[in-house]
Amino acid sequence: MSELSQIVQFLCTGVTIGSIYAMVGMGFTMIYNATGIINFAQGEFVMLGGLIMVSLTSSAHIPMPLGFFITVICVMLIGALFERCAIYPLKKPSVLTLIIITLAGSIIAKGVAMLVWGKQTYSLPHFSGDTPLIIAGAAILPQTLWILGILCCVVYGLSLFFNRTMLGKAMRACAVNPIAASLIGINVRYMVLLSFALSAALGAVAGICITPMLLMEFDRGALLGLKGFCAAALGGLGHSGGAVVAGLLIGIFESFGSGYLSSAYKDAIALIVLLAVLLLRPSGLFGSVEQNKLKDF
Amino acid sequence: MLRLQNINTYYGDIHVLKNVSLHVAEGEIVALIGANGAGKTTILNTICGITPAASGSILYGGDDITQLPPDRIVHKGIAQVPEGRQIFPPLTVIDHLQLGAYIRYRTDGKDAIAQDIERMLILFPRLRERQHQYAGTLSGGEQQMLAIARALMSRPRVLLLDEPSMGLAPLVVQDIFTTIARLRDEQRTTVLLVEQNAKAALNCADRGYVVETGKIMLEGTAQELRENHEVQRAYLGRQKRPIWE
Ligand SMILES: Nc1ncnc2c1ncn2[C@@H]1O[C@H](COP(=O)(O)OP(=O)(O)OP(=O)(O)O)[C@@H](O)[C@H]1O
Ligand SMILES: [Mg+2]
Repeated sequence: MSELSQIVQFLCTGVTIGSIYAMVGMGFTMIYNATGIINFAQGEFVMLGGLIMVSLTSSAHIPMPLGFFITVICVMLIGALFERCAIYPLKKPSVLTLIIITLAGSIIAKGVAMLVWGKQTYSLPHFSGDTPLIIAGAAILPQTLWILGILCCVVYGLSLFFNRTMLGKAMRACAVNPIAASLIGINVRYMVLLSFALSAALGAVAGICITPMLLMEFDRGALLGLKGFCAAALGGLGHSGGAVVAGLLIGIFESFGSGYLSSAYKDAIALIVLLAVLLLRPSGLFGSVEQNKLKDF
Repeated sequence: MLRLQNINTYYGDIHVLKNVSLHVAEGEIVALIGANGAGKTTILNTICGITPAASGSILYGGDDITQLPPDRIVHKGIAQVPEGRQIFPPLTVIDHLQLGAYIRYRTDGKDAIAQDIERMLILFPRLRERQHQYAGTLSGGEQQMLAIARALMSRPRVLLLDEPSMGLAPLVVQDIFTTIARLRDEQRTTVLLVEQNAKAALNCADRGYVVETGKIMLEGTAQELRENHEVQRAYLGRQKRPIWE
């Protein structure tokens, strides 16, 4: 394999996994903006997305597109349920309490998933076959293109939602100033519910997309969640465009790192990149004092 | 229209409002004046449900709204222009005006709201020039106008204003008080007005209350308050007090 084709190959792998981190990172961002908490259960949404999709399509033989849709709805409902049962009943909780609750949620989700799906590893068929396309000597799976396309749709869709619709603008208003938002008649708790549902949906999409390539099992969520969190933090917490760029960057670093150094370091790379950047720029790549003032999705 | 009866409000253990009772009749402009920290903002926030009353009751029309959450209270027709503007920096001026009408989207539809936005832009021409700018980049005075316009977009029947003149040039302040008077005359909007600028407030208002350390110390028509010696001394800045008093 020539030098160039190897680079293209690493780049593709990196962008693929990076897109997943980007989606998970956006999920973190959304909940962080609405509530100020880091939702440690974020990775479990990814795992649930993958496994529910497996059950629907492989066991129940529902066609892929319909399965995709149902899975996203299911995980959204789980996210909403989590908010209503665990977050909503609390009166004036501290951020620390909330974070611990999300940790508990993540442990429970993992336990339930183990009971339902057992400990084995599941896979899904690729969306449109797994015959690689050869580009510049590199073998690129169609799934990579699917994932990139879906990421683009998600980013575009969210930006339309947050910039064009009343509901999206109301969510942004709540993120910046919940009290002022409630004074114009926005139900802040409802917006929090919505942010959990949306970010669960993002996680589910990520899970469905990545399962054909990386497989899925009950305890995969934590690591994917951690990488997604790195993306969110690296992008400057609360900045979802930043999370996307940072997610892709982390994916690319990881892929080149495991290619040129050793794949044993793969999981450490995200953290190393995060630490290095935060040392130099404590507010993340895209966060800044100015940006915080203009905090945005 | 709006009636507070024996309201007590706490911040944690701090007893801020002590048996506050006041009322505002329909179409009336009522001023609340008092020193810094007297509890004026707290009175407005208690009405709006942000710092709910521990005891007492707030009646609006015939309804008891004491325990309603803030967004329900806005739906009832009470809007507040909060102290310190509280705009949303990353949203544009137009976004703010649309969000101001958030509760009306389902009932009134886009056209009615577009008309109201147009009306606000006529009322505040500065905002028209800046309509696509992020609110965080507006000047303080422009932000204040935006906060007022945002509150008016919900077409409130009762408007609570917390220091609308803060940070504004005298001419703009005059405009705002004229606007308030006009809203009352044309749409019978009821206004409860908190002001540091007691003189301007009492000139515009029909009645007033003087708040001190969380209690209502004095009430009367604006005329009575303007002529009251205590009020003149403490809030209107006339040094009539003899040295030996
Ligand atoms: N969040 C809070 N926590 C604790 N105490 C508070 C809080 N907000 C206000 N207070 C106290 O409540 C009292 C009344 O405050 P409030 O803001 O209602 O005064 P104000 O009359 O609006 O003053 P100003 O004219 O300066 O705006 C003050 O003594 C203040 O210190
Ligand atoms: Mg005040």
